[in-house]
Amino acid sequence: MRIFRIIGRSIEASVKSIFRNFSLSMASITCTIITLILVGVGILFSYNINNITKDIENELTIVILMDKEITEEELVNTEKNLKEVHNVDEVKFISKEEIKNDLVEQNETYAKIVETWEEDENPLQDSFVITVKEVKDINETATTIKNLDKVGLVKYGESMVNDLINIFDIVKNATIGLVIALVLVTTFLIANTIKITIFSRRNEIDIMRLVGTSNSVIKLPFIFEGFLLGTIGSILPILIIILGYTWVYNSLSAANLSSILNVVRLTAPNSIIYSTSLILFGIGSIVGMLGSLRAVRRYLTI
Amino acid sequence: MEFIEFKDCTKIYKNGVTGIVNANLNISKGEFVFIIGHTASGKSTLIKLLYREEKPSSGSVYVGGVDVAKLRNNKIYKLRRKIGIVFQDFKLLPKLTAYENVAYSLESYGMKKSEIRPLVIAALDHVGLKDKTRSFPYQLSGGEQQRVCIARAIVNKPKLLICDEPTGNLDPDTSKEIMDVISKINKELGTTVVMATHDKDIVNRMKKRVVVIKEGLINKDTLKGSYKE
Ligand SMILES: Nc1ncnc2c1ncn2[C@@H]1O[C@H](COP(=O)(O)OP(=O)(O)OP(=O)(O)O)[C@@H](O)[C@H]1O
Ligand SMILES: [Mg+2]
Repeated sequence: MRIFRIIGRSIEASVKSIFRNFSLSMASITCTIITLILVGVGILFSYNINNITKDIENELTIVILMDKEITEEELVNTEKNLKEVHNVDEVKFISKEEIKNDLVEQNETYAKIVETWEEDENPLQDSFVITVKEVKDINETATTIKNLDKVGLVKYGESMVNDLINIFDIVKNATIGLVIALVLVTTFLIANTIKITIFSRRNEIDIMRLVGTSNSVIKLPFIFEGFLLGTIGSILPILIIILGYTWVYNSLSAANLSSILNVVRLTAPNSIIYSTSLILFGIGSIVGMLGSLRAVRRYLTI
Repeated sequence: MEFIEFKDCTKIYKNGVTGIVNANLNISKGEFVFIIGHTASGKSTLIKLLYREEKPSSGSVYVGGVDVAKLRNNKIYKLRRKIGIVFQDFKLLPKLTAYENVAYSLESYGMKKSEIRPLVIAALDHVGLKDKTRSFPYQLSGGEQQRVCIARAIVNKPKLLICDEPTGNLDPDTSKEIMDVISKINKELGTTVVMATHDKDIVNRMKKRVVVIKEGLINKDTLKGSYKE
């Protein structure tokens, strides 16, 4: 097929040109590499942060300790009222007997303490555990609950979690900003490389025009050159992401860090490293092509 | 309609300099025409209008029935494939061999290597350079380089061969050889030849149609003409 021969010859020409302008090509490739490594780290970072935030949010509950003197009827009423409070998702009742049994089972020290209590004595309080729909509004929800009848103590992990989520957000936005800036710089650098190539091949382009080479065939090698610069630049970042993330994940699991910091649990590498690699490859090639398209449109006036 | 027709064709460059004024000229298929005139008279301009390197400011230029002035930019290549062009300064690619320089255009059209080969060999044979196919331009004499250019110009079997002072950089003997090659192409392949030149000897010897241009105007047009002051 004619079209395949033309494409083949264009690719050949673009590879030659990359070697001919070696230092310039290397500059573009290096910039692409740096950008894509950052993009890759950014993607993995935000992905994990998202998951961790979600975990934290799911584990975020409001614990309500009721007054000590409370009747069965009042408890039933309170449960009904709690369910009607705005933003409340689930309400779980834990009786003081259950808590007592839990304590006994949990460890021996607690068990010994409980043993000192009389048969009917139970200084603990009946309690409710509540999950909310929107973690942001947890403050208001807690305040509303505090004002309910017979409610003693209301506890929830408020500001620490919120601060953490805010910091994550800031880091995420900063990364996105940095990546956008770097993508622009890379596009510009690749465009510049292609521009130099175009100028260094002015003669050849003039001759091609004279002998009746069509405009698209003249342009094609330059487009391929940008594409190749971008894709070559994505190889190293992809390897770094695949090997690096697997390594980090394995060493974290080995160090049993996950049991210490219960919330910091990284997503398993399998699927995420490959989808990230694909994204890096995509960004690399698209940025390369955009760069060369820009240069061709500007400097290859035919 | 003739193969080539200039109709009331005027070219004024952007900077206001006059190239060609109100040219009317017909050239038939298979003709051999010299364009002569003093320097800056407009010879190259007339030739550039033929292959749409320049666009007329007014009037029209027909080549093979097509109004070249009306061609869209991205369709010019179709015209160029039907025209061979030879220059004074050769315009060969220094990193390609003679063979590769001639094959270059056909490769860029996407032709098969197996189709390209016989065409290139035939073209190089026509200009008498069959034994130098592997030489690079710097390894060839001026005359040989010009032969490569002519081979490149005729490799796609064009109906029209345009030459702008093809012997301008060559000594008289070599010029004569080059002229022999070009007139052989005109005779044997029936290719129409339009040639701008300064070379009095050549024009006087060949006894072909001569068009004289003076300050952008077609001053004289004689069959079997000669170069007179
Ligand atoms: N691209 C251009 N822009 C502006 N003026 C031009 C351009 N090309 C040619 N000219 C002018 O047009 C006039 C005719 O030039 P042209 O090149 O046609 O002359 P010529 O007869 O080929 O001369 P020579 O024998 O020296 O090659 C000259 O005055 C020249 O300066
Ligand atoms: Mg000239």
